[in-house]
Amino acid sequence: MKLLSVALAIARNTFTELVRQKVFYFLLIFALLIIGNSAFMAKFSFQEQFQMLKDISLGAMSVFSSIIAILATANFLPKDIEDRTIYTILAKPVPRACYLLGKLGGIFALLAASVLLMSGLFLAVLWIREGHVIAETRAQLAAASPEELALAIKEVTSATFHINLVPGIVIIFIKSALLAALTLFLSTFATSSIFAILMATALYFIGHLQSTAREYWLSGVDVQWWSRVLVAVVSLVFPDLQAFNLTDDIIAGAAVQLTLFASTLGLGVLYIAVYFSLAALVFSGREL
Amino acid sequence: MNLRKVLAIVLLLVFGAAMLPLQRFVARQAQAAHFRKTSLDIGLRERIGQSGFLAALSGFRSPLAALLWIQAHTAWENTEWGRMAGLFDTVTTLQPRSLLYWDLAAWHMAWNASIAAMQNEKQPSEALRIRAQRAYFQLGRDFLERGIRNNPDRYQLYLQLGVLLRDKFEDHCGAAEAFRKASEFPDAPSYSARFVGYELAKCPGREREAYEYLRALYLKGEKQRLPSLVNLLNDMEKRLDIPQAERVESRPAQN
Repeated sequence: MKLLSVALAIARNTFTELVRQKVFYFLLIFALLIIGNSAFMAKFSFQEQFQMLKDISLGAMSVFSSIIAILATANFLPKDIEDRTIYTILAKPVPRACYLLGKLGGIFALLAASVLLMSGLFLAVLWIREGHVIAETRAQLAAASPEELALAIKEVTSATFHINLVPGIVIIFIKSALLAALTLFLSTFATSSIFAILMATALYFIGHLQSTAREYWLSGVDVQWWSRVLVAVVSLVFPDLQAFNLTDDIIAGAAVQLTLFASTLGLGVLYIAVYFSLAALVFSGREL
Repeated sequence: MNLRKVLAIVLLLVFGAAMLPLQRFVARQAQAAHFRKTSLDIGLRERIGQSGFLAALSGFRSPLAALLWIQAHTAWENTEWGRMAGLFDTVTTLQPRSLLYWDLAAWHMAWNASIAAMQNEKQPSEALRIRAQRAYFQLGRDFLERGIRNNPDRYQLYLQLGVLLRDKFEDHCGAAEAFRKASEFPDAPSYSARFVGYELAKCPGREREAYEYLRALYLKGEKQRLPSLVNLLNDMEKRLDIPQAERVESRPAQN
């Protein structure tokens, strides 16, 4: 219990430190992107406008949260060593795993806040655009019967908000948390933050190909032995990041079943737990 | 490399092996729910370029599709029909679950591009203009049929295919079949069922079937007794010489 409160204190401190580094300024860029996108889209039909707003906004949310996850995590160990704050903390009865847990907790809090803020902004723009389109529809159908008007408004509202956006946004957060845990594991090996950032970025791309490599390997295609070894290594070492790309299909209107959402969530939590445990294992033996 | 690092790598491999069944289970679940249907192959790589392909591989299919859709819209404004068709092909490959993209791509090809082809002043031969028009009709149909193959769980594209077959191909038997498939979905609009009857009535040799279908709809209740259905039913009763006692009342539903 005491260790948990220590981890929470470190997490709080990490979160405050990251906020002071003006991380949330990226929200300005995000806001510019979606508001600009929304203004530019005025010439399209409302279905196209909403679809593209969702495409760009959720894509940008995924990019920003992944960048924050990698940069914030890759930076903290080298920075704490350079500032010597790590020695002050570890000189007290704080286990190294607890220190890492606190740091990762702070980064998760930052990611959650970022995703929530971006979601709020995105939903606000979507809501404003929906209001405009409904007002236009009312004006155009002023002479129509109430049933026709209700039908036209229903068409607009069904193209905007959908409950499936929520699991999509949750999965964006889980994917970024997974990337943070993976980067943490890498930074326990790494000698500099640049190395950890580059490695995590490379793993990000390879992770999206893992499912292709896995299916290729497990289908038993008759290829040269070194090719089989290569795809086997990719399949075993890297996480399957494609599994977390649900938003592309959610935007297109596909319904997320609870079982799919739960198993994707479970997969993400399992990856996070394993990468954190491995990071703690390596970090416990690291000379500081 | 110290022992802990070696142990971490071994554990990573063990964990990777243990995770394989779970990863495959999640992938199967996703595919069963019609997720992750996009095939990122060499053909797509050639169409969207290296950076676009990298973006698609990295989980940014939908923003990339949106950007290409904007390009297609610009091509439409410049009446570059061929370029539009290529861009639509790429967009629908990237986002095969988006009904909007399939539907609008088909509409642009079968309605806008086909009319432009027919009114093409640079082409003096009417025969060639008609041929170009038919090619665009067919392109529109191809988009809808591919869209249906990628979205067999949704009615909207069946409905659009029915409209296309009815209005552009005058294939009433095919249109009836498409409307029938749409009407079988529980969330399909009620008019899709009426459209089946209207098209069957124009399908040679299936008049009796059309009559029985329309009569069954009529007997379902007031909601289906719209003037067009009642008038058609009355007309068919005369054509098929249905005994007076079996005929329905010539009274549409009251609004």
